[in-house]
Amino acid sequence: MALPTLLNSRSPLAAPAAQREILAALPLARSFEDAVAAAQTAPLTAAGVDVLQVNLGKRCNQACHHCHVDAGPDRREVMPDAIVDACLGVLARSGIQTLDITGGAPEMHPRFRDLVIKARRLGRRVIDRCNLTIATLPNYSDLPRFLAAHQVEVVASLPSYAASMTDRQRGDGVFEQSIAALREFNTFGYGVDGSGLVLNLVTNPVGAFLPASQAALERDWKRELQRQHGLVFNQLFTITNMPISRYLEWLEHSGNLAAYMGKLVQAFNPATVPGVMCRATLSVGWDGRLFDCDFNQMLDLPLAAAAPQSIVDLTNDAALQRVAARRIVTGPHCFGCTAGAGSSCGGATV
Amino acid sequence: MDTYYHPPDLAKFGDIGKDAPELWKKFQEWYGAVFAEGALTEREKALIALAVSHAVQCPYCIDAYTSGSLEKGATPAQMTEAVHVAAAIRGGASLVHGVQMRNHLEQISM
Repeated sequence: MALPTLLNSRSPLAAPAAQREILAALPLARSFEDAVAAAQTAPLTAAGVDVLQVNLGKRCNQACHHCHVDAGPDRREVMPDAIVDACLGVLARSGIQTLDITGGAPEMHPRFRDLVIKARRLGRRVIDRCNLTIATLPNYSDLPRFLAAHQVEVVASLPSYAASMTDRQRGDGVFEQSIAALREFNTFGYGVDGSGLVLNLVTNPVGAFLPASQAALERDWKRELQRQHGLVFNQLFTITNMPISRYLEWLEHSGNLAAYMGKLVQAFNPATVPGVMCRATLSVGWDGRLFDCDFNQMLDLPLAAAAPQSIVDLTNDAALQRVAARRIVTGPHCFGCTAGAGSSCGGATV
Repeated sequence: MDTYYHPPDLAKFGDIGKDAPELWKKFQEWYGAVFAEGALTEREKALIALAVSHAVQCPYCIDAYTSGSLEKGATPAQMTEAVHVAAAIRGGASLVHGVQMRNHLEQISM
């Protein structure tokens, strides 16, 4: 059964400002900006836009304990048609090669398939960030077939190959449904050598600790999913949990917040700074507003004031260039992307 | 309540180097080398450390290597088995001394 979202349970942390306040009040050994300054001479700036990451909204069939979006079945925010069209317009006018579609469960958006089809027609690489269980619901059972037909890359969440760990993070019964969905994706060739259909899995730690070595975990995942379930996939991405939204609430409630933030700060790795994903990504909110990443989006930290603020403002080359060279907006949560081996939507960065 | 063990003290471990910095430096270098990947993986070493932490009953070490084992990709099932190994050795170590008891019993009995 899905948990109530912060919004629905009237938690003060449903407000991004309240989350920012908690993070700002933590007595960290140093600020993220100081850590970056010690690693390189210049502040963080974008180095172009390779990926347009579009968040279609907060609606989701699940409500995971660690969700940084506070997504769930009770959320109603979905991207309006005009914003979907504006995203497609930017893809058509720009050299941005990758459309990364996320949510919520982005497949629940009525324009999801239209967006995929049109972006693929433009020749863009399309990624669907899929929670897997959506493909087991009657209305979405043909999702693997549709995604395969349009050569969409699937990035799917599976925190653990152990059922109890996955269910602890994502809800009772999620593991079993996820395995069923993975079997369906494999049936259509996803993750199968030589098929050209990419199926990557994502694991977030089930608790207040950093991810293990991505390469070591990938070996475990491949061995165990094959041995226990006969399943295959391409790559495993390890992603550090960000101290935002429901994960932030859990950290605070469980008394882990100060120690976890201390761990992120202590594990700051200067080698991760040049490759942080915000330098190559532009994040679009459900309402069209622009952000450096999905995490800034959830904390309501918009692009630096000098840059255009909405996807509908990206009407010409000059606006695109301003976005592509923008100064990145940072905060204490950014330590999540620079701890240890680094973290991004594509997994470890070093 | 006052106690000899305070969880925040683990973060002060480095204070032990204050009056013997060279020894602390040598310990750190050696410690780092011990836990680096070698003939054993980092995960195997973390699980050994977790088991030994229980055998020597060091609360700091138990906290550190519970997190450490997870961060090396160990599962709760593997960690629990490691603790059972420590417990079995401790239990077995007591029990095997029973042979000494039997020997002495034989010695002094008619």
